[in-house]
Amino acid sequence: MNFISKHLGALAAGVAASVLVAGAAFADPAVIYDLGGKFDKSFNEAAYNGAEAWKKETGGTFTDLELQNDAQREQALRRFASQGANPIVMAGFSWGTALGTVAAEFPDTHFVVIDAVVDAPNVQSIIFDEHTGSFLVGAIAALKSQTGTVGFVGGMDVPIIHKFYCGYAQGAKAANPNVKVIENYTGTTPAAWNDPVTAGELTKAQFDAGADVVFAAAGGSGLGVLQAAADAGKFSIGVDSNQNYLHPGSVLTSMLKRVDVAVQNSLTDANFKPGLTVLGLKENGVGYALDEHNQALITEDIKTAVDKFSAEIQSGAITVHDYTVDNTCP
Amino acid sequence: MDLGIILSTLDATLRLSTPLLLACLAGLYSERAGVFDIGLEGKMLASAFAAAAVAAVTANVWLGLLAGVAVSITTASLQGAAAITLRGNQLIAGVAINMLAAGLTTFLGIQWFGQGGRTPQLTTDGRFQNITLPFANELSGVPVIGQIYSELISGHNILVYVAFLAVPITWWVLYRTRFGLRLRAVGENPKAVDTAGISVTKLRYQAVLITGLLCGLAGAFFSIAQGSGFGNNMTAGKGFIALAALIFAKWKPVPAMFTCLLFGFLDALQIRLQGAEIFGIDVPVQAIQALPYLLTVILLAGFIGKAVGPKAGGVAYTKER
Repeated sequence: MNFISKHLGALAAGVAASVLVAGAAFADPAVIYDLGGKFDKSFNEAAYNGAEAWKKETGGTFTDLELQNDAQREQALRRFASQGANPIVMAGFSWGTALGTVAAEFPDTHFVVIDAVVDAPNVQSIIFDEHTGSFLVGAIAALKSQTGTVGFVGGMDVPIIHKFYCGYAQGAKAANPNVKVIENYTGTTPAAWNDPVTAGELTKAQFDAGADVVFAAAGGSGLGVLQAAADAGKFSIGVDSNQNYLHPGSVLTSMLKRVDVAVQNSLTDANFKPGLTVLGLKENGVGYALDEHNQALITEDIKTAVDKFSAEIQSGAITVHDYTVDNTCP
Repeated sequence: MDLGIILSTLDATLRLSTPLLLACLAGLYSERAGVFDIGLEGKMLASAFAAAAVAAVTANVWLGLLAGVAVSITTASLQGAAAITLRGNQLIAGVAINMLAAGLTTFLGIQWFGQGGRTPQLTTDGRFQNITLPFANELSGVPVIGQIYSELISGHNILVYVAFLAVPITWWVLYRTRFGLRLRAVGENPKAVDTAGISVTKLRYQAVLITGLLCGLAGAFFSIAQGSGFGNNMTAGKGFIALAALIFAKWKPVPAMFTCLLFGFLDALQIRLQGAEIFGIDVPVQAIQALPYLLTVILLAGFIGKAVGPKAGGVAYTKER
C-alpha cells in the first residue's frame, strides 16, 4: 500500500511538474524569476545569465520558471520542491513570505533567495550592498552633471528601491555638496517593474526640471528611462546588469549588482551555506560598469574620484546609510 | 511655476492625451452607429504589438504603422462579425477581444522574440521621430507666443498631429456629410434607416472599420512613437479611460478632445507632482497617482449631468420578416 501511494505521489508530482515545466529532470537545481520577466535586460536577466553561465561551466542542467503573478509564488515553490529540485534559487525581494511557509514544509530542500532574508535552517539569503554601489554611480552622476541636478527613477515604491535612492543621493552629495537630486517612482504595484512608458515620462519631467543624468533603478521600466535619455541627448545610468551597450554614448554607466554571480555560485549545491550572505564592494557583489561603450564618458578625473570613494567605503572612512535599517534617508 | 514649467507640463499633456483621443474618437464612431465597443483596449494592444514587431524586424516605421492598423482593422472586423452579423452580445464580443489580445500578444512575443513578451528595442528608423515645425527655431526667441509655438506646438511626432486633426475631421464627417447623418441615425433608430432603404449592417461595419483604423493609430503610438518597442500589456487600461472620456463628452467629438486633454493633463500633473510638497505636506506618491482616477469618478458622477448614449446602442439590429 505504502509502495503504491509513494508511486502515486511521484506520478502526481511528475504530472504537476510536466504541466509547469515540460521535460523537467529530477534533482536538477531550479531558478525562479520574479515578475518583470526573464529578459528584462536587468535584474531577472542577470539571474538568467548566471544560470546559463553555471550551465556552461559545469555542464549541468537546470529548470526555470517565469512568475506571472504574485499568487504563483507558493505554488511554484511547492511544485519544484516536491519534484525534487535542489537547490531552488529565487530572485526577488517579494519571496520572503512564500518562502518562509514553504521552506518549513520541505526541510531537506535547500533554498537560496536573493534580495530577501528568510530565517530558516535550509535557506540561504543573499543580499547586496546596493547602497554602496549606488553611492558610486551617484558620485559619477554628480561629477558628470553640467546642471548640478541629477535624477532618480525607481520602479515600484518599496524599501529596497529607496535603498538605491538613498545611496545614490548620498554619493551625489559627497561628490558635489550643492547637487540637487530629484526622486521619482514609476508606481506602487508590481506593474511598475514593466512600465517603460511611465518611466520615460517621469524622466522627461526630470529633464524639464533641469536634470541631465538620471539613474534608473526600475527593472524593465528602466528601458524607458534609458530611451528617453538617448532621445533627449542626456545621460542615464543603468542598473543590475551592465546596460551600457543599450545606448552607447548616452548610458553613462550601470550600477552592477552581480545577481548573475550569486546565482551561478548557488546553483552548485556544495556552495550552499545557510544564513545570511552579504555581497558588497569588497566581494565585487556591487560596483559600476566600465567598458568600451562608456570609456569616453568616464573621464580619468571621474574614475580617480570614484575609485577613491570606493576605497574609502571599503576601509570604513565613509559610511553609506542603508535605508532598510531604519527606513529613513538622511 | 514659470512659463517653462507650464509649457513642459502642457507639452506632456499633448503627448499623454494623444492615445486617449485616438481611442476615444475610435469609440465614438462605433458607438454612434449603435455598436458598444469595450474592446478598444484589446485592439490598441494588438496594434501596438504588431506595429512594434514589424518595425523591429524591418526597421521601417511606416511598415510598422501599416501592420498595426491592419491588425487592428482585422480585429475590429472580427468583433463586427460577432456583434453585427451574428448578433452576439456586443459587450461580450469586446471583452473577448481584450482577453484575446492580452494573451496572444504576450504569447507571440515570447515565441518570436524570446524576450519575455517584449519586442526588441527599436532603432531610430523604427520609430516616429519628433517633427520640428517650420520657423520653430527662429521663433523660439520671441517671448510667450514664440515659446508656445516652438516648445508646445512644435516638436511632437506625426501621430500627435494626426490625432488632433482627426477631431475637426470627425466633426465634419459626423455633422456635415450624408454618411455622418446616416451613421448617427443608425445609432438612434436603425429601423428608420432601414425603411429608407439603407443597409444598417453595411453602415455599422463601416463604423467599426473606422474604429479599427483609429485604434490602430492609437496602438502604434504606444509602441513605435511614445515608446520604443512593445511591452506586456503596455496600453495599461487607456482603452477604458478613453471610454470614460467618451461618456463624459456625451459622444461628441470636440468635447471628447477637451476631456482627453483634461485626463492627459491630470496624468502629466501627476508625474510632476510626485514628491512635491503641497501646503507644506509631503504628499504620498500613492495619493498623487490616484488623482486622475479619483477626479474621473468625481467628474463622471457629479458634474456632467445625465449622459445618454445613442438609443440603439448595444442592441443588435434584426430586420423584421
